[in-house]
Formats: sequence, C-alpha cells, structure tokens
Amino acid sequence: MKEDRHWLYRPQNLPRLWKWGSILLLLCVAAQWFVKLHAGFGFADWFAFNAVFGFFSCLVMVVFAKWLGGRVKRPQDYYDQAQDQTQQPGAGADQADPPAAGPASSAAGSQPWSRP
Amino acid sequence: MSLLSSPALPLILASVLLPCTARSWRLVVLLGAPLLSLALIWSWPEGAVVNARFLDYQLTLLKSDALSRIFGTIFTIMTFAGAWYGCAQARTVELSAAFVYAGAALGVVFAGDLLSLFIFWEVMALASTTVIWSAGTPASWRASMRYLLMHLFGGVVLMVGVVAWARYSVDLSFASMTQALSAGGGRSFAAWAILAGFLINAGAPPLSAWLPDAYPEASPSGTVFLSAFTTKTAVYVLLRGFPGAEILIWVGLFMACYGIIYALLENDIRRILAYSIINQVGFMVTGIGIGTPLALNGAAAHAFAHIIYKALLLMSAGSVLYMTGRRKCSDLGGLFQSMPVTATCGIIGALSISAFPLTSGFISKSMIAQAAVNQQLAGAWLLLAAASAGVFLHAGIKFPWFVFFQKDSGLRPPDPPLNMTIPMVGYAAACLLLGIFPGSLYRILPFAVDYVPYTGAHVVSQLQLLLFAGLAFFVLLPLMKRTLTISLDFDWFYRRLPVLLWAQLGPPVVGLWSGVVRKSEMMQIRGGEYFRRYYGQRGMARALSTGGLGLTVLSVFAGVLLFYYLR
Repeated sequence: MKEDRHWLYRPQNLPRLWKWGSILLLLCVAAQWFVKLHAGFGFADWFAFNAVFGFFSCLVMVVFAKWLGGRVKRPQDYYDQAQDQTQQPGAGADQADPPAAGPASSAAGSQPWSRP
Repeated sequence: MSLLSSPALPLILASVLLPCTARSWRLVVLLGAPLLSLALIWSWPEGAVVNARFLDYQLTLLKSDALSRIFGTIFTIMTFAGAWYGCAQARTVELSAAFVYAGAALGVVFAGDLLSLFIFWEVMALASTTVIWSAGTPASWRASMRYLLMHLFGGVVLMVGVVAWARYSVDLSFASMTQALSAGGGRSFAAWAILAGFLINAGAPPLSAWLPDAYPEASPSGTVFLSAFTTKTAVYVLLRGFPGAEILIWVGLFMACYGIIYALLENDIRRILAYSIINQVGFMVTGIGIGTPLALNGAAAHAFAHIIYKALLLMSAGSVLYMTGRRKCSDLGGLFQSMPVTATCGIIGALSISAFPLTSGFISKSMIAQAAVNQQLAGAWLLLAAASAGVFLHAGIKFPWFVFFQKDSGLRPPDPPLNMTIPMVGYAAACLLLGIFPGSLYRILPFAVDYVPYTGAHVVSQLQLLLFAGLAFFVLLPLMKRTLTISLDFDWFYRRLPVLLWAQLGPPVVGLWSGVVRKSEMMQIRGGEYFRRYYGQRGMARALSTGGLGLTVLSVFAGVLLFYYLR
C-alpha cells in the first residue's frame, strides 16, 4: 500500500532523521580538530566550548521561560475582560464565550484584508 | 541641491497621489516613488547640506553622509518591496500612510538638526498609528490607540530633551551627545531625556511592550512596513547621537535576552517575530554601546540585514495568515506541503536571523561579537553568544517548525498571489547574496571595514553554537508546549492597573462627584433666585442701596491700590 503521508511525517523515518542529525552535530564538533579557534578569550577556545555553551544556554533560557511563563501567562482574553467591565457595552457579545475564543477567533473573514 | 531633492518628497507625494490613481497605474506609483527616492539619495554628493533659518536657530533640513545613506538606502528598498507585497491586498489608506511613514523615516535619517528630526519623528508616530489602525479590526483600533499613547509619550520626552538641549547647548545640530551624558547640569539632563525618547522607539525596557502589542494587529503588509522603520530609525539616531554610551551595552543585552524569553512563551506567529525584533535591535544597541568603528559598522550592517530578513519572515508569516486566516502556532503545521515557496522563503529568513553562515545575518552580527572580543568584554560576548543561540531557538527553528512542519494541521492552502510571492523571493535572494558577497554591504558602511567574516574559526564556532541550540530545541520540545495564553508585560501597568484601581476607587470617587454635582445644582437654584431678586426684569440692582454700591466700589478700589503697591 502506498503511504500518502509526506516522508517527514512517517514514523519509521524518525530514527533516521535523528541519526543524520546526530552525525551532523558530531561532524561540526569534530571539525575543531582541523580548525584552530582563536576567539580571543581563553575559555572560548576549549574543545566543543561553543557546542556545550549553545546547548546549555538554550536549556537555561527554556527552563527560565517555563518558570516565568507560570507567573506571567494569562488567558487570551485577559485584557478584553478588563475592557468589557469598564466600558463598551457593545463588546458584551464577545464576552459571552471568552474561553472558546481560541482558534476560531482568528478565523478568516473577521479581517477585512483576508482572502475572500 | 535644494529641498526639492529631498528623498522624502517622492514618497510623500506618492502617498497623496495614491488615492486618486487609477488601479492600473497604482503599481507604477507604488514602485516608482521609492526608486526615485533611492536615486535622489545616491545622486547627492557626500556631505551635502540644505540649511534654513527658523526663529533664532540655524536648521539643517537635509544632510547626507555615509551613515544617513545606508539607512536611507535600506528604507527605500523596504518601501519598494513592502508596497509590492501589499499592492493588491492592502487598503489604499494603509499604503498612503505607509508611504508617509517611510517618507518621515527618511526625513529623520537625513535631518541635520534636532528640531527637524523631532518633527519627522512625530509624523512617523502618527503615520505608523494609521498603518496599524487601517487593518480595520476592533483589536487593531485598540492596539493603535495604545501604540499612539506610548509614542506620543516618547515624543514628549524627546521634546523636553530637545528644548533643554536648545537652552543649554550652543546649537541644535544633531551630532554625538555621548559626552554630554556625563557632563552634569542642564546639558546632561537634555542628553538623558533625548536618549530616553530615542530608546522608547527602539523598544527598550521597560517600555517595550508596545511593539509586540501593536505590530501583530496590523494587516499582513502593514506589519511588514512597521517592522522596518520605527525601531531602525531609533537605531540610526542612537548610532549618530550616542555612540559608545556604555549604558547602551547593558540595555542592548537585556533587550536581546528579553526578546528571546518572551518569544518562547508566545503562541501568535507574528508576535513571536515582533519579540524577535526587540531581540535583534538589542544586538544593534549593544554594538552602539561598544562604540568602536567595528561595532558601529556592525550595528549599521545588522540594521540593514535585519530589515531584509525580518521583512521576509513577516511576509512569510503574513502570507500564511492571509491564506489560512490563522495566526497561532497551535492552529498551524504541515504547510510546507502546499506552500513550498512561502516555506522556503520563511526558512531562508529564519536562517538569516539566526546568522547561519552564507546568510546576511552572519556577516553583520559577527562584527558586533568581534567588537566585544576586541574590547575584551567577556560578559557581553557570552551573553551575545547565548542570545545568538536563543535566536535560533525562538525564531530560527520555532517559527518555521510550528508553522510549516510539526503536526500536520490538514490545511492545504496554496502559495499566495504573485505580488506577494515575488518580493518574498527577491528578499530571500538578497539574504543569500549579502551572505555570500558581504563586500557589497561592507562598501557602504560608515567606517572603513577591516573584517573578514568567513574564517574557519568563525564558521565552525557559529555552526557548533547554532546546531547544538537546534538539538536543544528538539530535546526540550515537550517543555515548549503551545498554550492559548498571552504573557503579562510592563503594559500591564497601563492596561490593567488603571482598571483595577478604578474598581477600588471608582465607587467613592463617583459618590463624591455626584455629591458635588448635587450641591452645585442646589447652588445654581439658589443663585438663580438671588439674581432674579436683584437683577430681574425691572432693571439692574434695583434693591441695592446707593450706599451699599458705593461701599462695594470703594473696597474694590482699595484692593486694586493695595495690590498695585505691594506688587
């Protein structure tokens, strides 16, 4: 039977993608045996410094963002509710279903410039 | 050379012409005006000026040098591509406003004194507000008002600075004010106020929330215009006004990191890209703070490259929005199958913003990093490297991955119409060409360039940094689950806090006010009775005795005399 999904979406290809990706990563670290780095700071020329730094700085940023997200994330209609309380009696229609305003709220047709 | 050869003029004339141009001639006006501006910019000899007198001030309305020219060049190229991208879909009011906006940006870039700069600065604020507003949705109306509020505030801060500068400095000419920051006294106050006014437009903390708040509410083409001018004119004025101001290093590094963290929390695709504008401007501001010729060149080159790849990314995101009507990562995915051109252009833009070798970002951003190395700023260099890795994380992979790949959303829209595709392909080509032939950009930078981007060491270290950031993305993917949320920012203080305060203080204030109104109504009634009694229909002051009247006049006289002598 012919698979109609794109090859990127076939589950059997996933390990293959990881394998080639890992080879690429190893190659760019191994390149440091042939290319002398001269970043200007002693520590920056250590073997695979950039690789390790790149990975861990991203790890720190993602974890920090996750932590911060727990504190600053609010429902999408957070500010709309505030506005509805004070003014704009006409906006009451939106208020009727605030949580469901997710994906459908941006549907085509609501914007004058969207494709007919 | 005269005022008629101002590069802003063709754009502003075009904006007036547009509404009364027949549809078949529209594209000629839209594309011809920016080309004419570009020709005017390059027809000027270096150092050309147009002076004028206004009151007691010597104004320099137009002044051309290498720094003005590189920004003027990219602004006209941007107007050209943006107009093409929006020519068939955008409303006429949006295109007209965008041309005034671009013309005012050119006005700022070629202004030789602070007063004319300020005037163009304010025109930019009004025109860009109109661009946001012309998307025509209730959300865009509200966002445009918040945007205007913030920019008018920034304008007032800038005006305070300009007025103080006029008072405490010899003239109004716009040159480096870095020394004045630490000079003390009135000059120092003026310089700090001007710096603050500039930084508000750059999206610096704490007033940066206006950018991701307003830009994504504009139409697809409107966002493309907006991404180019306001923040980049701010970069230009900082480059000319405050090169080497140390505080900018730290402001810039904060912006670079802030943009990443907030972009990671975001679900709206164009808002992700808006946060990454702050991140990228952070790199430029850091370069300006370092202040060496290499760093300033890097900041200017990065602004040039950034305008192209950011517009490319927003064109790609705008095309997705236009074709699907969806703007959230959680509603998209798998679009590369039916939108190959948009996806390819988006990926090239994403690689450029991440500064992959052979793209425009690599040849500009690495100059700023190298400048940090040359000045031995290890902390700044490390933060810049981390931010570079973070750019790949939030814009380089996150944007294309969630829009064009990840889970298949089942959507199969085709690529957008040709007028949207052609500028995208052109900009994608420009990203690659600048990356492969950096000499063409390096030649027009303000200082002579003695920097080679393509060394084995640069390429290997950058690839390690980026590819392992990519690994981190896929390893940490479960932590980056998309949520249907917004993130609180400093804008909470002017969007929510007043509402909360009103909820608390409102009832007593309303009670007090209605009490005052009641009281005054009663006083009106009583006052009416009084006036009817003494000043009624049967003649004036009929019931007051002559003696009483004389006493009144005498006391008024005495009061005037007393006041006159005491004065």
